[in-house]
Amino acid sequence: MAKFEYAPAPESRAVVDLAPSYGLFINGEFTESQGGSAFKTVNPATEEVLSEVTDASAADVDRAVAAARRAYNGVWGRMSGADRGKYLFRIARILQERAREFAVLETLDNGKPIKESRDVDIPLAAAHFFYHAGWADKLEYAGLGTNPRAHGVVGQVIPWNFPLLMLAWKIAPALATGNTVVLKPAETTPLTALLFADVVQQADLPPGVVNIVTGAGATGQAIVDHPDIDKLAFTGSTGVGKMIARSIAGTRKKATLELGGKAANIIFEDAAIHQAVEGIVNGIFFNQGHVCCAGSRLLVQENIAEDVERRLKRRLQTLRVGDPLDKNTDVGAINSKAQLTRITELTDAGEAEGAERWDNGCELPAKGFWFRPTVFTGVSQGHRIAQEEIFGPVLSVLTFRTPQEAVAKANNTPYGLSAGVWTEKGSRILWMADQLRAGVVWANTFNKFDPTSPFGGYKESGYGREGGRHGLSAYVTTESNG
Amino acid sequence: MPTNQRTAADARVDVRKTYKLYIGGKFPRSESGRSYEVLDGRGRFLANASQGSRKDARDAVVAARAAFPKWAGATAYNRGQVLYRVAEVMEGRRAQFVAEVRASEGLTERRAETVVNAAIDRWVWYAGWTDKLAQVLGGLNPVAGPYFDISAPEPTGVVGVLAPQRSSLLGLVSVVAPVIASGNTAVVLTSELRPLPAITLSEALATSDVPGGVVNLITGRTAEVAPWIASHRDVNAIDLAGAAKAEGVVWGDLELAAAENLKRVVRPAGEGTDAVEPDWTRTPDMARMTAFLETKTVWHPKGR
Repeated sequence: MAKFEYAPAPESRAVVDLAPSYGLFINGEFTESQGGSAFKTVNPATEEVLSEVTDASAADVDRAVAAARRAYNGVWGRMSGADRGKYLFRIARILQERAREFAVLETLDNGKPIKESRDVDIPLAAAHFFYHAGWADKLEYAGLGTNPRAHGVVGQVIPWNFPLLMLAWKIAPALATGNTVVLKPAETTPLTALLFADVVQQADLPPGVVNIVTGAGATGQAIVDHPDIDKLAFTGSTGVGKMIARSIAGTRKKATLELGGKAANIIFEDAAIHQAVEGIVNGIFFNQGHVCCAGSRLLVQENIAEDVERRLKRRLQTLRVGDPLDKNTDVGAINSKAQLTRITELTDAGEAEGAERWDNGCELPAKGFWFRPTVFTGVSQGHRIAQEEIFGPVLSVLTFRTPQEAVAKANNTPYGLSAGVWTEKGSRILWMADQLRAGVVWANTFNKFDPTSPFGGYKESGYGREGGRHGLSAYVTTESNG
Repeated sequence: MPTNQRTAADARVDVRKTYKLYIGGKFPRSESGRSYEVLDGRGRFLANASQGSRKDARDAVVAARAAFPKWAGATAYNRGQVLYRVAEVMEGRRAQFVAEVRASEGLTERRAETVVNAAIDRWVWYAGWTDKLAQVLGGLNPVAGPYFDISAPEPTGVVGVLAPQRSSLLGLVSVVAPVIASGNTAVVLTSELRPLPAITLSEALATSDVPGGVVNLITGRTAEVAPWIASHRDVNAIDLAGAAKAEGVVWGDLELAAAENLKRVVRPAGEGTDAVEPDWTRTPDMARMTAFLETKTVWHPKGR
């Protein structure tokens, strides 16, 4: 296949106005830390320092929780659903108006291609606010139980792979149901959350309803452990999810946990093969594979495995890896040096355990954190690359002969977040969907998200759902009869 | 249960029942060979119940896991009929349940009858839910794109249940029926001091077309066996209702153990670290069913 040459098509970063440093957004305004330190956030594509942000202390978290509690007791918890909804509609509109600014900033701080931040992250974030805005005065119709009421103050800790989108998944349902929030963005991607604070101000949201505290693990732990937090919502690794579950054991704090995954993407011999190959590529190389529901285990029916591998490798050679701000870029930078180290370690283990390694041989920029789209064939179920979440652009290929074997292999993991099925046979799709122990099953598609569609895992991929009326239930209590 | 009041005219020596465990559809004694004395509400001897062990709990988990695919895969209509059948069989043994609840809980005849009636009616209530859940809790998601996108509830898997300590039958039914109605299978630790109605219930289950392994009942010391269920890696969820007023049990410790494989946990009622047993006579809601359900969402493109 001839490779097209593309002229550079960089998106302008002039739309972004970065401050040299940021404080913490508490009680409606940016404030200095009390006893915290500062750290730099870098562009992972260039290692350029973008800004300096605050590593919030436990005292800062305490101030943020106090502000959220005051806002809950004084304003937000008493406000009519209709008025809460109108604030959320405002936020949705401002996000749409400032979409380009958010997209460029997200790409700068995260390293993801501009076409993804522009076409996926930011529009979906706005859509989440728009969707939940409408729920705010209709909760009694949501079928959540008798007299649904807010928990109070919600602590939220989000990851670096979809920074603004995860913020929207957390904040929109929390505010719609009448809770106030203290949110900590990920250490390596704090900037769009801090820009969101500006949106909160433009929307005239009452002070303290949304508080943004930046920091690393210790800041997150301070939120989890704070006695005046009523509910926690976390997206991140299964390891940290278990720490949170242990931290709140024996308390009355509620939690929703969206954790890791090791999804099987299953290709049957009768699949529409061109679409399936595109689906495989989207499944694992979307967002550099930094996706909890990524289709990181390819299960191909044995008799078409060679053909699929050949087509896949040919397709991967046309992927454009490089400058995330270039509008033609397909695969951007790895988010951090630490993540690059983890991907490198696991792929080295894949080779050492005997799987066959292939990458697309593309040129990589001299600076920044990069990893070539990589495929392992000859992978067996016991290999680390078939069991552990790599969270990078690395695909492990396994084969199967029968639908039963595909199900057994797909379910052979402590995770249960997502799965993909590719076949033209309708009855097989439905049978497979029943058998797969995963919260989301994409049939003849992959990595689709929508605010109306509940997302979340089985088993050690966590508990609770986000999106749809199911997602609301995590943010309310109802009168229970035991 | 033994009849203690025997007059000279009533000379027949009655045949006493041996109370055993219920695992995988069979009635074994504890592998440990241990038993413990069960007393009535006034402190008189009722029976020697099997004192279940860690090994018994593990056997019960194996049985529950083995039973899960078929029970979860049964039609909702079928599960509803089976649960209704439990009510029918209990109704037929009503007098026995009344006598046992009366003895175990120290109730008046009339009060015991009310409790047994409520327990039977609870099976009927949950039987009617089995084929309603998917429509009430699931449905089409109107996504912004050319996709068919549907969500439906599915059972979580194997659920550990600490049955209430005081309400030996109604409380037990109130925590077991919602677990199995949706297709989960259960490993149940019965009331420690009032285990006899639970074992009689297992006899009703065994004759009600509830497949072996769907409900497994272990009698014994809650503080001894509960930690093994809470920490078991092949148990997906746990109901801690029976931690309330259980000797030597701290529910927070059990929740801590449950975090190891991210079990779904239903905490006992109460405030803070307290645990209280709720009033089981109140009409239930969906909370005990939804706690042990997963939502599965399936996407498919639309096209010509």
